[in-house]
Amino acid sequence: MPEPRPGPLSRLNLNWLGLLPFALFALLFLILPTMKIVVGAFQTPEGAFTLDNIYGLNTESILSSYWVSIQLSLVTATLGCLVGFAMAAAVIFGKLPGKIRGGLMTFSGVASNFAGVPLAFAFLATLGPVGLVTIWLRNEFGINLRAMGFNLLSFWGLVVVYLFFQIPLMILMIAPALDGLKREWREAAEILGATASQYWRLVALPILFPALLGTFALLFANSFGAIATAFALTGPQLNIVPIKLFAQIRGDVLGNPHLGYALAFGMIVITALANGLYIWLRVRSERWLK
Amino acid sequence: MTRFLAWGTLLFGCTFFALPLIGMTEFSMRMLREGYSFEAYRVVLLDERFQQTFSYSVLMALATIVFGMLLVVPTAYWVRLRLPSARPWIEFITLLPLVIPAIVIVFGYIRLYNTSSWLPLTGSYTGTNILLMFGYMTLSLPYMYRAVDTGLRTIDVATLTEAALSLGAGWFTILTRVILPNVLVAVLSGAFLTFAIVIGEFTMAALLDRPAFGPFMQLLGANRAYEPAALAVIAFGITWACMALIQLATRFSKHTQAQR
Amino acid sequence: MAYLELKNLKKSFGPTTVVQDFNLSVGRGEFISLLGPSGCGKTTVLRMVAGFETPTAGSIVIDGQDVTRLKPNSRNIGMVFQAYALFPNMTVAQNVAFGLKIKGIGRAETDARVNEMLKLIGLPDLGGRYPFQLSGGQQQRVALARALAPRPRVLLLDEPLSALDAKIRVSLRTEIREIQRELGITTIFVTHDQEEALSMSDRIVVMYGGVAEQVGAPHEIYNRPQTRFVANFVGTLNTFEATVRNADAGTLTLAGVDVALPEGGLQAKAGESVTVALRPEAVQLGRRSDGDIVLPGSIEDVHFMGSVIRLKVAVAGSTLSLDTFNRSDMPPPAVGAAIEVALSPKDLIVLQG
Repeated sequence: MPEPRPGPLSRLNLNWLGLLPFALFALLFLILPTMKIVVGAFQTPEGAFTLDNIYGLNTESILSSYWVSIQLSLVTATLGCLVGFAMAAAVIFGKLPGKIRGGLMTFSGVASNFAGVPLAFAFLATLGPVGLVTIWLRNEFGINLRAMGFNLLSFWGLVVVYLFFQIPLMILMIAPALDGLKREWREAAEILGATASQYWRLVALPILFPALLGTFALLFANSFGAIATAFALTGPQLNIVPIKLFAQIRGDVLGNPHLGYALAFGMIVITALANGLYIWLRVRSERWLK
Repeated sequence: MTRFLAWGTLLFGCTFFALPLIGMTEFSMRMLREGYSFEAYRVVLLDERFQQTFSYSVLMALATIVFGMLLVVPTAYWVRLRLPSARPWIEFITLLPLVIPAIVIVFGYIRLYNTSSWLPLTGSYTGTNILLMFGYMTLSLPYMYRAVDTGLRTIDVATLTEAALSLGAGWFTILTRVILPNVLVAVLSGAFLTFAIVIGEFTMAALLDRPAFGPFMQLLGANRAYEPAALAVIAFGITWACMALIQLATRFSKHTQAQR
Repeated sequence: MAYLELKNLKKSFGPTTVVQDFNLSVGRGEFISLLGPSGCGKTTVLRMVAGFETPTAGSIVIDGQDVTRLKPNSRNIGMVFQAYALFPNMTVAQNVAFGLKIKGIGRAETDARVNEMLKLIGLPDLGGRYPFQLSGGQQQRVALARALAPRPRVLLLDEPLSALDAKIRVSLRTEIREIQRELGITTIFVTHDQEEALSMSDRIVVMYGGVAEQVGAPHEIYNRPQTRFVANFVGTLNTFEATVRNADAGTLTLAGVDVALPEGGLQAKAGESVTVALRPEAVQLGRRSDGDIVLPGSIEDVHFMGSVIRLKVAVAGSTLSLDTFNRSDMPPPAVGAAIEVALSPKDLIVLQG
């Protein structure tokens, strides 16, 4: 119940006024543009309400691009989480020299930001048709990667490239959570008879679950919206949603401007769903937190 | 046993991360047939388009940092000082760019600010440049806000402000002379991270059709063999330098704090 | 017959030895305290018994079984840690049931045992709470229940009270001791708080520099400290330098007065200097019975502490603390007053080392 005090209104207004620049910025360059997409997805070119654009997504080419994008994001987020977790755990619990940890953290900071076009070049120079590793394997061991079915420009090739920034991101995000595991928890479990795997299964992983989940959602979104690396690697032909949208924005390849809105709207829905799922699971798994 | 596993995991990871770096470096030096050389770097660095796009992106990065900090520092400060109840909302908004893909945001820009709209930013080069800068501010918002807010958490904003006010300082003086020096390290960290993000950014620059470094790299990659590898080495060097500068700033701050 | 035997335990981390030649026999159901300042090696001894540290040399035997090389999870020992260490993701009941679940004990038996344990620690209704909803004292009691639920052979308590508020610390002291007696469980309790050790233990091991300085019942440790460290660490103490007159007869000169120790036999030569100690409560203000030594002095300071008044008195060139009971009909002595103090030779403690 708000108490009527002398001049609380003017005071309140003045305080909120300080947020005006930020609110204006967020509105103009974050919220309105997104709303424009969302609204546009349900409009005819004349501005009337329609669901045709959403139905229009139901073509084999568009659905498969969504499916490939989701698979790519799930696979790279999963592998990124697993490998990143293993590496972070190795430097934190593996009794390695302290300097290694600092080095890995710094490198992770660099590598997680070394995405986009140059990353594609680095992998082309390494695993491409005339790349260092490709040639080395062929000359020294007679292994022909391409004949074995590995192609940098394929789905699994892209997975390998994406892992270069997904793994470091996981390391950066999970390291503080691993530091938060108290030694006493491990020792208490041990003295109560638990094996190492029982400790991880019953104590450590449930405690880490919210952090793991959050990082997974972030990695998923990170991979789902990424375009520069894939574009520089394969050009416009790879069938993932962001590249399709890129081509649509540039040249209306779908032949219907409002289908582009729907395509972008679909991306928002998927990342929003992923994050909604994350928030829901987090609330459920954090009952024991303050 | 644990130790053995730890070393093994680390070794595996390091190999994965080292190979592309070695690969691009080696490849970038193979341009001349007679042996390793820095020919690719010479060609790239002397390329007029490289110089143009690179300086354009540097300028954009600097503008993003300046305007971003002008927006983020006062906002974060004000929220901590006067509107703690607004923090969850502000934090939610600052995290949105991690969830909404950049390509969707820029798509919205193109449709919202086209030549026939109420604010035809894309109608002129200056307008598009400004729009791109705001786009970059959006992209770096999560990192900038987090860095500054963390910096503000370590100082007692309310006490510092009251002390300054009681000594007769104005709000501008408080922000520039009291708050900013105390969160300078956080601001610098956010700035270097923003620089690393903006300098090679591709999607927004390409779709707004601005001559930035990212699209140039992509174009070169589609047409040349060795120069892209040289560009990758340069880009990696820049990213590394930004991270090193962040560490340096942090270490410097610890040094000055210890003297207090 | 000892239930828990520590034989010649030694622990080194690289070049530094933190525990040396540590021997201890604990009887079944005994409550033993390891008392000492931080860094004295008491926690290391406890962690070796638990199995978290492997002894560099020596052996640990529980109930006839050598457990020196056994992993912590197969020793069947209960432990309570300083910083609660409850699993935050589990309720109180789940925490207490953890050890039983690991052992593969059935649901019905587990539930019964958990209820029994919660009743034992006096929190029968809090089974569904999460640790963060409990106070520090409640958390530590749950930690005790969790350690006791699987019926361990030995209970280890690693400074379980030091993170708690003073009031709870005292009440929990009694509670832990009562539960320990009720279950008759062999217990080792690590603490740096002499009051805790003195009030709870059957026997105390005073440790210093990785070595057991003295082992004994609380009254022995307090009344007959054998080394200077023990004397200084446990309780307040007055010390004097005295000169030996006749070692075999146990006579010495203290501040110009001849004293004969009732127990006789000194391990020193005539003419040598020894340190003798005296508790504040063993010094009396004014003359007493015959046979007492009476020394003149003057009052330097008066601390009124309620039922007891502690005086600092300048005697024979050194300052001495003495306690006297407060009496409502007598005002406390004034600073500067000339007085006499009396002490009995039987209260004198000759310190070795």
